[in-house]
Amino acid sequence: MNRIMSDKKAIGVFLLPGTAVYLFVVMIPVVWSVVYSLFEGAPGIRFQFRGLGGYLQLFSDRQFLSSLVITLKYCVTVSAFQMILGLSLAFLFTYGITRFRTLARTITFLPVVLPIVAVGQLFSKIYDIAPTYGLVNSLLELFGLEEYICAWIGLPQTALPALCVQDVWMTMGFYAIILYAGLVDVPANLVEAGRIDGAHGLTLARYITLPLMRPVIGTALIYSLSSTLKVFSSVLALTAGGPAKSTYTLSLYMYDTAFNFNKYGYGSVIGVFIMAECVVIVAVVNRIVNRKEQA
Amino acid sequence: MKVKTLKMIPFKILVALVLVIVLFPIFWMVAASFKAPLEFTTKPIYALPDGFYLKNYVDAWTIGNMSVFYKNSIIITASALVFVVVFAAMISFGLVKLRWKGSGLCMLMFSMGIVIPVQMVLIPLFTIYNKTGIINTKFCLVLTYIGFHMSLAIYLFAGYIRSVPDEILEAAVMDGCSVYTMFLKVIVPMMKSAAATVLVVSFFAIWNDLIFSMTFVSSTAHKTLQTGLLYFQNEFGNKEWGPIFAAITMVIVPTIAVYIVLNKKVIKGMTEGAVKG
Repeated sequence: MNRIMSDKKAIGVFLLPGTAVYLFVVMIPVVWSVVYSLFEGAPGIRFQFRGLGGYLQLFSDRQFLSSLVITLKYCVTVSAFQMILGLSLAFLFTYGITRFRTLARTITFLPVVLPIVAVGQLFSKIYDIAPTYGLVNSLLELFGLEEYICAWIGLPQTALPALCVQDVWMTMGFYAIILYAGLVDVPANLVEAGRIDGAHGLTLARYITLPLMRPVIGTALIYSLSSTLKVFSSVLALTAGGPAKSTYTLSLYMYDTAFNFNKYGYGSVIGVFIMAECVVIVAVVNRIVNRKEQA
Repeated sequence: MKVKTLKMIPFKILVALVLVIVLFPIFWMVAASFKAPLEFTTKPIYALPDGFYLKNYVDAWTIGNMSVFYKNSIIITASALVFVVVFAAMISFGLVKLRWKGSGLCMLMFSMGIVIPVQMVLIPLFTIYNKTGIINTKFCLVLTYIGFHMSLAIYLFAGYIRSVPDEILEAAVMDGCSVYTMFLKVIVPMMKSAAATVLVVSFFAIWNDLIFSMTFVSSTAHKTLQTGLLYFQNEFGNKEWGPIFAAITMVIVPTIAVYIVLNKKVIKGMTEGAVKG
């Protein structure tokens, strides 16, 4: 048995083909990204070593700072709604309805599987104002709320909120399902004990259910923050960063820097920064969740 | 009991409202894809279509090149899926059941892939593909998808393979199985359900991908549905809503179809992957 299971040739046969692809597509590029970030220009065209210069440049780069602020605004808003709506829906599906629970969850999850580009195109029509009113504006007209009619994704003030609405619509079902699973796992006898002690409604949630759900909320929050920090496709599909760069997130800036301005080195700096941002946030949230658990 | 049922009515209305908010935009778009050009300008946008104006679909399919994009997406997604499943199954077996030093470290390397953002590999991959001349081909996309989606597949497979008791493998060896026949005759049949999960999760990830496909492929002949749809408006202009709605509907139909048939597997697979990541 041991001889067969540690056959060197067999190990090679099972591992080499896939591992080769993985190294080529994932591991080597990750290392290269870090190496690129220490250089200036593009490979082949004046590619010069400049050490950490690129990282220092970030702090005086106005576009970078403004993109960072936009990304953080987007991240905080969307994550907050994902958590609040996700939790509300989880509670609603558990305690609010007695029948069609599975159907309700299945429908709420549906937008999660839709292609982001299709959702972006759909919402750009929902928000449209010319040549014809989109869904939102024509409904506002129907209800006599003409003063609110505007170019939702054509104005810098409304474009970011409009983007957030789209992405919350698309992802809330995902968080509802994760948190629902966590809610169902809360031991029924503890909830019952709380009821006997006189807790109900919000008090029950505040002192019994939510504290017991801390690990799953932590997991959901980490996933939510790290995916909103990286946001790219949904912005590109809805607003492409506009108008007046009001939705120009870090990923879009990275993309333009590398592929439209041919600054691969600086683009990689931004890429590494995005990755580092995610790692830090995951570590911080993990820390908070675990510490409170011990206390 | 009566009072309790009454109390629950507001919650029921709330649930109904949520479902309407989720479904209405999709329904509205599918309905609007059957509208004739005049209907868009003479009637409010929320009105139902007068009939089934199928020319929108014909236009999107032919003038809008959706037929080409469709073919490309199917070829690329199908080829990538085959290799993701085969490679990931082999690697998981090799890491979990075969005995060698460094298998733990190797597993760690693969799990890292689950959290590595696209942004960290995009620029180097572009230069590599550019240098080797495989940029702007279907092949470079397939290769990227295999590598990038393998990690999650390995994680899902490894969980199943771990639960296969060693005694079964030992019995197979007693019966004269080599390590290869053991994999094919014992392990593979037991992984059907895991393979289905891997397939649906990877299907959505690959079919819906935009960032890789728009970066690596620029010619219409190789574009996927997502890239095609992103630039679709340039082809028809902002005024023609019918063909755009038809194109969006065509793009989302396969994902909705897979979801309707396999929704339990999809939900389980996607949330499991996220909880790990």
